[in-house]
Amino acid sequence: MIRITGVSRRIGNRAILDGIDLEIRKGEIFTLIGPSGSGKTSLLRLLDLLDLPTTGSIAINGSVTDVSAQERLSLRRRMAMVFQKPAVLNSTVEENVASGLKFRKIPGDEISRDVAGALNLVKLSHLTGRRAVTLSGGEMQRLAIARAIVTRPDILFLDEPTANLDPANSEMIEDLILHINRKFSTTIVLSTHDLIQGQRLAHRIGVIMDGHLVQAGNLDSVFYHPVNRAVASFVGIEPVRGGIVESSENGLTTIAVGDVRIEAITGERPGTRVALCIRPEDVTLGLPDASPSHGSARNFLQGTIKKMVPLGPYTRVTADYSGMLLNAVLTGKSCDELNLSVGSSVTASIKATAIHVIRDE
Amino acid sequence: MIEILDGLSQAVDLIVTLNPEVFGIAALSLYISLAATVLAALIAIPVAGLIHFREFRGKRVLIVLIQTLYSVPTVVVGLLIYLMISRSGPLGFFGLLFTPEGMIVGQMILIMPIMMGLVISALSGVGSDIRDMLISLGATEFQGIVAIVKEARFAILSAVVLGFGRAISEVGVAMMIGGNIRGATRVLTTAIALETGMGNFGFSIALGIILLSIALIVVVVLNIITAGLSRDQLVALGGQH
Repeated sequence: MIRITGVSRRIGNRAILDGIDLEIRKGEIFTLIGPSGSGKTSLLRLLDLLDLPTTGSIAINGSVTDVSAQERLSLRRRMAMVFQKPAVLNSTVEENVASGLKFRKIPGDEISRDVAGALNLVKLSHLTGRRAVTLSGGEMQRLAIARAIVTRPDILFLDEPTANLDPANSEMIEDLILHINRKFSTTIVLSTHDLIQGQRLAHRIGVIMDGHLVQAGNLDSVFYHPVNRAVASFVGIEPVRGGIVESSENGLTTIAVGDVRIEAITGERPGTRVALCIRPEDVTLGLPDASPSHGSARNFLQGTIKKMVPLGPYTRVTADYSGMLLNAVLTGKSCDELNLSVGSSVTASIKATAIHVIRDE
Repeated sequence: MIEILDGLSQAVDLIVTLNPEVFGIAALSLYISLAATVLAALIAIPVAGLIHFREFRGKRVLIVLIQTLYSVPTVVVGLLIYLMISRSGPLGFFGLLFTPEGMIVGQMILIMPIMMGLVISALSGVGSDIRDMLISLGATEFQGIVAIVKEARFAILSAVVLGFGRAISEVGVAMMIGGNIRGATRVLTTAIALETGMGNFGFSIALGIILLSIALIVVVVLNIITAGLSRDQLVALGGQH
């Protein structure tokens, strides 16, 4: 659907995007995640043909985009974009939604029918005649989505569509995005810095950092197998550093982290310096004196709780296991049942398959 | 003090009795300034659009020049136009000197820079987010320009109303080009200047009240228009209203 090859964009001496190669498939929701200022918006603007890449090429449905203004216009008319800060025209809600159709010279009766349908979809039918500038933030964003989808685009770009919205409005927009993707098979490229949103919506994810596309793949690969420490930190894993591969046997690798020995699965050779990515939800805590019900977990560590941070219904428990700090996420109920507090001793069990090993460079 | 009170009572009398000379002068003022405003708008708006939407060398210098001309003294414009349209001037064959049409041309030239400058500001007040949105929605260049002009319509209208305010209240061009001929080119401002000099304060005050009433109407219209402006557009107008 979209093929991006070696795309870079520079403004003056500053590289905004550098060497991006990516393919976005027809009908999928592809989410770009990355910190603010990493280049997500710049990439979406290139894809929507608002800006030109400095080098590289973008092909949409097999058509290259470095063509005449007229051809770019006809390509652009098969796409639509919803910007982070929704801009509305100083006219009614209905006229705002109709603008893209008017530019395409669609007959008036068709415009009225399509606009009504789009407004109904975003649940703004009751505000048809309202002046758009008087809408709330969430309503404006829904208006922007209606205005984008009313032209039935093949591809819809959404730049941080819920960045400034409250949770209720965010959820409504997320539902809408899923609905549009399913109902119209619209290919959707969405940028967000909200990882939960990224996981909820995306079929595939791309991580952009400092203008580079660092990793692209399905949810599992990005969230459980980050390619480097920066991606790991961004997706919520604080990698345990200072590991050295000791030996490999029967597919299991033993890694020394200080005095602790960890068993994991990796192809790294003995002597390699590695970091361990362990998702907090994969660490199971128990009491040291309780009878061990180890199950299939390969790693059992004795430690002392250093910090407990409540995160809504969960608590993040940081414990020190012979010098190795690990986070675990528990429900409040589990914390109460185990009677955990700072200073208490715990046992952590982790499956070897839950540990993702990356080179520590 | 007594002179002022006498003048006021005479003025009220002249207005209440719909004195034909007073209202004749007011009507001529309105005709000349409205015509000048319409003509200036017809030229200033497209030219301002051209300056705003096209990139060319010296664009910024040109805009600064236009802004400088906001405060050009009316008598300087009067002098220049006098030289152009006097019998011996290059445009003397039109016979415009001492005619209402000559005054229209003069006022049109006087208010054109401020109108043009404010229309450029009005168009700049439509943010790049709106421009991006229009391009993204599939607008052609022409459709985009029309949409941006439409978006700036209230600010553009404000610029036109401000131009009218400057035209109706100026005295230099009206005096020098019109010549203040009774029944032919005498307008509110020139009449006030003359009658005050002759000690006819009642007549002057009556004309002054009418002039102020017109100013009041202009301000009210402007307020109604600016109520439709976004915050960005108000900033773009630079508090000129």
